[in-house]
Amino acid sequence: MAEPSPLIEFRAIDKRFFGVDVLKSISFSLAPGRVLGLVGENGAGKSTLMNILGGVLAADSGTMLIRGEPFLPRKPRDAAAAGIAFVHQELNLFTNLSIAENLHLDSFPRRSVYGLRLPLIDRAAVRARSRKLLEQVQLHHDPNTLVSALSPGERQLVEIARSVGAEARLLILDEPTTSLTAPEADRLFEIIKRLRDRGVAIIYISHRLEDVLSLCDDVLVLRDGQVVSSGPIVGYTPERLIREMVGRNVDQLFPAHQAPATLKPMLEVERLSREGVLTDISFTLHRGELLGIAGLMGAGRTELARILFGLDPFDSGRIVIEGQPLIPSPRECIRRGIAFLTENRREEGLLMDDSILNNASLVALPLFARTPLKFIARSALRFRAKETTEATRLRAAGLSRQMARTLSGGNQQKVVLAKWLMKPPAILILDEPTRGIDVGAKQEVYRIIQALADQGTAILMISSEIEELIGTCDRVMVMAAGRIVDRIDRAEFDRHRILCAALNTGVIV
Amino acid sequence: MTVRPRDIAPIIARVAPMLLLAAVMIFFSARSPGFRTLGSARNILVQSSSVAIVAIGMTLVLLTGGIDLSVGAIMFVAAAVAGQLALGKLIPGAGPAPLWLCMVVILLVGLVMGAINALLIARLRMIPFIATLAMLFIGRGLALHITQTQALNLPPALLTIGQSSLIGVPFPIWLLIIVAATAHLTLTQTPFGRQLYALGNNPDAARKAGLPVARLLASVYILSGLCAAIAGVVSVAQLGAISPTFGSQREFAAVAAAVLGGTSLFGGRGSVFPGSILGAVLIQSVESGLTMTNADPYIYPIVIGGIIFIAVLIDRLRASGETR
Repeated sequence: MAEPSPLIEFRAIDKRFFGVDVLKSISFSLAPGRVLGLVGENGAGKSTLMNILGGVLAADSGTMLIRGEPFLPRKPRDAAAAGIAFVHQELNLFTNLSIAENLHLDSFPRRSVYGLRLPLIDRAAVRARSRKLLEQVQLHHDPNTLVSALSPGERQLVEIARSVGAEARLLILDEPTTSLTAPEADRLFEIIKRLRDRGVAIIYISHRLEDVLSLCDDVLVLRDGQVVSSGPIVGYTPERLIREMVGRNVDQLFPAHQAPATLKPMLEVERLSREGVLTDISFTLHRGELLGIAGLMGAGRTELARILFGLDPFDSGRIVIEGQPLIPSPRECIRRGIAFLTENRREEGLLMDDSILNNASLVALPLFARTPLKFIARSALRFRAKETTEATRLRAAGLSRQMARTLSGGNQQKVVLAKWLMKPPAILILDEPTRGIDVGAKQEVYRIIQALADQGTAILMISSEIEELIGTCDRVMVMAAGRIVDRIDRAEFDRHRILCAALNTGVIV
Repeated sequence: MTVRPRDIAPIIARVAPMLLLAAVMIFFSARSPGFRTLGSARNILVQSSSVAIVAIGMTLVLLTGGIDLSVGAIMFVAAAVAGQLALGKLIPGAGPAPLWLCMVVILLVGLVMGAINALLIARLRMIPFIATLAMLFIGRGLALHITQTQALNLPPALLTIGQSSLIGVPFPIWLLIIVAATAHLTLTQTPFGRQLYALGNNPDAARKAGLPVARLLASVYILSGLCAAIAGVVSVAQLGAISPTFGSQREFAAVAAAVLGGTSLFGGRGSVFPGSILGAVLIQSVESGLTMTNADPYIYPIVIGGIIFIAVLIDRLRASGETR
């Protein structure tokens, strides 16, 4: 069978950071009209590889070829000029501009008078072209709508429309489904397939292996900066992908479960309500207990967490911590020993431009400044931070040299958790602690969470992954439309029951 | 659904600058008959034109998330060089230069100083606040040296220009209209303008989208320098002299005008028209109103400060109503 000539070819690409090999002799090629699934743990080198392709980083050695011609991008513009378009995990749109303006920002059609091109935007042409592009991604909005008014899924479609408009020959999608609802994701897959059929080559990066297996034609597995295997998707199963990504069998994804010995109430919530958001929420969280909250997006889970941490107000009800009523404000909550890990670790959980050491020691700092003059015992702090980050199996080049920004998503989450390991909080609220991180990192995050519970921390864990709640929690509450609709003990955990309750088809308890 | 204050706040915030201006107008009209004449309105416009032109340049800079603190100093240097040229003291033995040449020199000096800011910020990646702060000190020092800390009394022909008018519209207002219309058109109708908004909204994404970020940044500082120089022309023509405090603290008046008009200090939001023009007129209306009602001169800065507080408060409301 004659292989179609490849659109892009990587030949022995190497890259090192701080003396650590990030990519080792990466070689592969991709033909037009194929979807390549790029999988690997966080830190396996996927982002680095894509940054090299996109002209953000330069390879230390090796070559890239586009249609047989050497390709040496020096800046993102060069990659764009070569027909490469990226849709990043964090969207790159301008919320203060309209959809149409976002689509044409670097290629506005101009008005002309008697053949003279004026530096003025031809608004009519922009509208017409935008309509056509939006039609192709099935987004039915007026092109003049501001992007700030769009949902995350819709914004992503705008980004794809932008790459369609740029007539991209290679489209790279990095974790495109993390913030999408199921119907939005289906629509996205349909659009990807349509682009593929038109001859666009697509690199699809995702941790959702089922999506990769159903969508992609080829697959490339990276581990520790090396290609583990690659080839047509037919030979792959989820088990094989996981095995190759992790390099070991993840038979024990969840740590051995240890229920708390005694039930001592830490957090009691009584009939908590907020109009239009929460209705009559009551529950008790005990010392050393892991209580999961299941539910669909918009069920009120994050809203509950925000109210408990004093970020949002409530109308009625009572919150009691260790027998003492709490009037929540973030400051008061922290004083009483509550910690809150938000979904947005990038924005809220980390100092991105600071070292791993400084990030990890942020919470425990006062413990290491016990002398009257409040000097920090640097070496002791460093030792403890090293110990803790090692316990989380953090993959990093240097604790005090490497900035949090340069870590992969899973490793960033480990730093956030390590911060709390150094000084376990009384109550820890976790909102989607494993979102967007890979299997291996997840396993370690679960271990850390269990370790915290073993030390007595009462944990409230919000998750959209039912498996994860079943695997780690002592009890699960299911929320729907701002109410608790079901409560299930570990002995009765049942995936089906949780799902039904979340969809609110079950009986309201 | 019930209407909550959270929904109304952004709407109030959007029309707030106009409401504020209307309130000021009504207040002073009620207290001083002189204030509610056409002549007084025209006066306010003439007197606000210099600040308004500086504020237009400042708006471009603020849209990118930067700031230009050197505008007052640029005005001073440009005017000092041109003034000495007009008096024939800059180049010994050259004799007084014609006025048109002096005007050209003012604009050139503004462009050059703006270009230095641009180089520092866009190419050498200095923080705009620091780079232009340094330029402020250097500029004022340089201008004091050029004028030898003396007030320069310029040829009377200049004042005649300042007081001339075309079809009933005074010269400073003509300049303001031209600059404002050009800037407004640029911001709303050209690719360059829309890219400025994009850059201010999300610099990282702008870079990834392949926008010419360095060129955009450089352009706004050069244009800000040019606007400052044009404002220098207006002020010189109005005053007929260049004192050692010429253009002093004009940067703050310009930032205040822009912020009053709804421009964000964090970039990506704001407008020349109505925005910054409205802000400049608002400040001048208050000053004129206070003068006409014979208020204590020491109270002026206090009132202006209070109005800026109100503007920033409104800005908070607007930001909280916004979704990112």
